[in-house]
Amino acid sequence: MPPSSAWRHYPQRYRLEAARCTGCGKVFFPPRLVCDKCGSRKSEVFRLKPFGTLATYTVIRTPSERFSLEAPFALGIVNMEDGVRLTAQIADASFDELEVGMPVKLEFRRLYSEGDAGTIHYGHKAVPVRD
Amino acid sequence: MRDVAVIGVGMQKWGELWEKSLRDIYVEAALLAIDDAGVDHIDSMYVGCMSSGLFTYQEHIGSVLADYLGQRFIPSTRVESACAAGGLAFRLAYIEVASGVSDIVMAGGVEKMTDVSGSEATNALATAADVDWEGVHGATFPGLYAMMAVAHMHRYKTTREQLAMVAVKNHRNGAKNPRAQFRMEIDVEAVINSVKVADPLNILDCSPITDGAAAAVLVPAEMAGKFNKGGVKVIGSGHATDTIALHAREDLTTIRAATEAAKRAYEMAGLKPEQIDLAEVHDCFTIAEIVVNESIGFFEPGQGGPAVEAGATDIGGSIPVNCSGGLKSKGHPVGATGVAQIVELVEQIRGESGPRQVENARVGLAQNMGGSGGSSVVHILEGM
Repeated sequence: MPPSSAWRHYPQRYRLEAARCTGCGKVFFPPRLVCDKCGSRKSEVFRLKPFGTLATYTVIRTPSERFSLEAPFALGIVNMEDGVRLTAQIADASFDELEVGMPVKLEFRRLYSEGDAGTIHYGHKAVPVRD
Repeated sequence: MRDVAVIGVGMQKWGELWEKSLRDIYVEAALLAIDDAGVDHIDSMYVGCMSSGLFTYQEHIGSVLADYLGQRFIPSTRVESACAAGGLAFRLAYIEVASGVSDIVMAGGVEKMTDVSGSEATNALATAADVDWEGVHGATFPGLYAMMAVAHMHRYKTTREQLAMVAVKNHRNGAKNPRAQFRMEIDVEAVINSVKVADPLNILDCSPITDGAAAAVLVPAEMAGKFNKGGVKVIGSGHATDTIALHAREDLTTIRAATEAAKRAYEMAGLKPEQIDLAEVHDCFTIAEIVVNESIGFFEPGQGGPAVEAGATDIGGSIPVNCSGGLKSKGHPVGATGVAQIVELVEQIRGESGPRQVENARVGLAQNMGGSGGSSVVHILEGM
């Protein structure tokens, strides 16, 4: 990933910055310039609460090149408490315990690195919420 | 708007065509279509191709392919909509003839995927997903469809065996198609025991990496009678887009772009799903065929799995799906797939499909899809 692209996404990757449409309240992650529900072009940035539940999941056994040393790993779509969905890896969970509806918390983690001397990319992964 | 007919189609045997370049593959299929139609020139051309750049390091192929086809100076347009590029090229050719701008227009599709390594090909295909918000987390295409499968199985109790049955059926059909890449029959056990890719999908749930091309020639329907074999009329055409990130869609168990594209095509044709005699749908993964069959109205939501189990989608069933072998067995050179679906429908409607011929095939539907459902194109064809 070009450094400029990685840098541009820091607010979302590092801080989970989303946007709430000031016209209708729809939440966007990442933020957008125009709301697809009401057409408003105004929104306010806020940080997503890092909690949600698994909408679905898989275990990636044949990864893309970038994640060739990580596989197998769990990947999921998370229904965030703030009413938006996102894709994230699921860490600190055994593959057997994954299920639809499972409560998760997003934690700041290393996503991948570009070789031995390249950029290290950080973001969020979902981990199970355990009582 | 003028009525439009397909008067010729062509495609070669698909597979790993090491000895052939992208331009050779395309021209081969295009010449077959020109000969099938019996035309001596074309006025214009649209070519679907997902990523000649990432697969062969060559862009600007609209010109390359027109030149090598011996049609230098014609308007030639390369079309991209990920794996729906071919279907979209066909739609644009249809619109150009219907509008009266041109009379003889070729719709083609091509992909040369084996000049790069498997992982480079996977990376190229991954650009059809949301690179910034899916790919960066390690999502792959099998992974995205696997997540649809888990959601579908959770909501509707679709079974692992039902997914496998899609691949079994499509290989059974493809074994009868001399142009299919993988002409062997497989059974449910083989699918379930094959190498895991993204749970619950295994390698035999996935369409392969393929080199191949397909082409069709379109003319005004009133001219069709003057050519070799007459015409097959295009009576419905629909195209729709959706968010390319799977997670951004309200419902993970349906493909809205397919629903919307099909609705437009059905409306234009004045037909209902139950009036379709056979269909070619985008079975890039086994779960995709089940979800699409529901999304385009062949079955109620949740009934796609039981339907394949009951044989409803077999040749001889109530709605035969993927008689060609589908993407699974015939192969999936991504940009060519949408046009190859048209090739199968035209030949079926003409009664030329030999051992996999559907009896009384008169109305056929083709559904082509980009990414995890970020775009879809649907066409309905009818014998004249």
